[in-house]
Amino acid sequence: MMLNLSGRKTLQIQTPEGVVFNLTVAGLFTRFLAWTVDGAAVMAASSFITICTAFMAIISPDFANALSIILYAVISVGYGIYTEWKWRGQSWGKRLLRLRVIDASGLKLQLSQIIIRNLLRPVDLLPACYLLGGSFAFWNRRGQRLGDLAANTVVVAIPVAFTINTQSIKEAKYNSFRDYPHLESRLRQRVKPVEAALALDAILRRDEISPEARVELFKDIANYFRDLVPFEEKVDDMITDEQFVRNVVASIYRQNSARQPKSSGLELNVPTV
Amino acid sequence: MILDLQQFIATERPRWDELESLLAKIEEDPDLRLTLDQTRRFHYLYDRAASDLLRISTFASSPEILRYLEALVARAYGEIHETRDARRRFLFWHWFSQQLPQTFRRHLMAFWCSLALTILGATFGAGMLYLNPDAKETLLPFSHLQVKPSERVAREEQDEGERLNGKKARFAGFLMTHNIRVSLFTLALGMTYGVGTVVVLFYNGVILGAVSFDYIQDGQARFLVGWLLPHGSIEIPSVMIAGQAGLVLASALIGSRKRMTLLDRLAAVRDDLVTLIGGFSLLLVWAGLVEAFFSQYHEPVLPYGVKIGFGLLELVLLCGFLGFGGRKARPGGASS
Repeated sequence: MMLNLSGRKTLQIQTPEGVVFNLTVAGLFTRFLAWTVDGAAVMAASSFITICTAFMAIISPDFANALSIILYAVISVGYGIYTEWKWRGQSWGKRLLRLRVIDASGLKLQLSQIIIRNLLRPVDLLPACYLLGGSFAFWNRRGQRLGDLAANTVVVAIPVAFTINTQSIKEAKYNSFRDYPHLESRLRQRVKPVEAALALDAILRRDEISPEARVELFKDIANYFRDLVPFEEKVDDMITDEQFVRNVVASIYRQNSARQPKSSGLELNVPTV
Repeated sequence: MILDLQQFIATERPRWDELESLLAKIEEDPDLRLTLDQTRRFHYLYDRAASDLLRISTFASSPEILRYLEALVARAYGEIHETRDARRRFLFWHWFSQQLPQTFRRHLMAFWCSLALTILGATFGAGMLYLNPDAKETLLPFSHLQVKPSERVAREEQDEGERLNGKKARFAGFLMTHNIRVSLFTLALGMTYGVGTVVVLFYNGVILGAVSFDYIQDGQARFLVGWLLPHGSIEIPSVMIAGQAGLVLASALIGSRKRMTLLDRLAAVRDDLVTLIGGFSLLLVWAGLVEAFFSQYHEPVLPYGVKIGFGLLELVLLCGFLGFGGRKARPGGASS
């Protein structure tokens, strides 16, 4: 099972050009919430139909009843198919929760795939409340329910558009690591994006942590980075674990101010470290 | 690889934005045809974004950009590398007259299995009722089938079809939606390696066999055929087509084509399943209309001969349509 560092399943696709990209598979709870939203949308549409057909009943109650039954069935079955086709793999619920149905090979989603994944839903619902489909999705490495498996589709989470404030990436104090550019370079090579983000997060939230826990936390993080890139003892011994982590983060995020454009129009919410 | 993140973003962002807007345009209008220059530009932007993704994936401080680029490249990849024809226009008449019967015949063995299971169930239902007449209550859990057939026939003939006056359209709507749901469920149960589909088909046969035996034993065979045939000649084959689709799905899961992977096997039958779904749904709409507006009238309003003749005609037409529809005539006179 492929998991990313936050413990979520990922779908890895390799293009013929050799580019590999990972898409985060949507969590079961998020999917359940999206399904609830969609259920509410179907209910709302059905209520609207009931009101409309009630007026028709003045002319022909029998015809109004038949229309109501047929339209309800069409909406409850067709809602998912129509919205996912119209909005490229998204229903209202999925839009709201930033999810999207995609082809498991990364190719364009076909109408037949959408039809199959939606029409096989009854078997996923068995015996009640998505127990079969949910259990299958839980164990499946791509988080697929049975309908997804038959349609070769995967529900992925859409990343939030990034914002970067490059103006604020500065070092508050002198960073002793700057005297060792080759080690800084190695840090940038070896530290994974998520690890750097976690270290930054720890620094930003330091005041929320009790002093004892903070010491332990920064010790662990610093030791992790020390294992990745061993610094010379004289540099290492002179600073605390927390300062070590701050220096690491500053080295990774540091920008060359001389090459910084005046207005990039981009924002990254990273304060000074 | 070491790069200046800020410089990198400042340089590349306009191209990402351009690719995003081009993708949005393509996604918005599936019929959009790009010009040669636009296609070249699109390919260039995709290549550039993919290369940016490669560069950024080694850079530690950019998880947001990495995720953003992965999503962007994924969208463009889907558009560029898709080889399946999505722009083919759907022509209903071509689908109905050619594709549907051809698809049905392509999976004929699954249909024979579906028919055999129904017959097996019917034999079992009739046999059970023959051996133990008290089993009627268990085998036929429907109130209108619990009464003695001759009593029901007398009541229906006396009623002259008045019973459903003012409710026929509603009844038709109920029958259509209910039967389509049951058929879709039968198909979906193919995902249980066909076990669920087999059970539903068999159980359907049990009910059919038990009802038939009950009416024939009570001397009401003529009523039974006149009552069932007009809608049953379409409805029962439709459920069997749903079973056929379920068995096709199960066979793809089990792996009857050993040389293909599971995903390839499922992909190979996907379009056929959609065609079969469309086919049985359409047939069940017709069956619902016939059952509500035609089957409920009996003698003396409507002679049984007319009803039986109508049902037989439907059955012959259906067999002819599924058996010979969509065959291309060969120059020598034979058809393929």
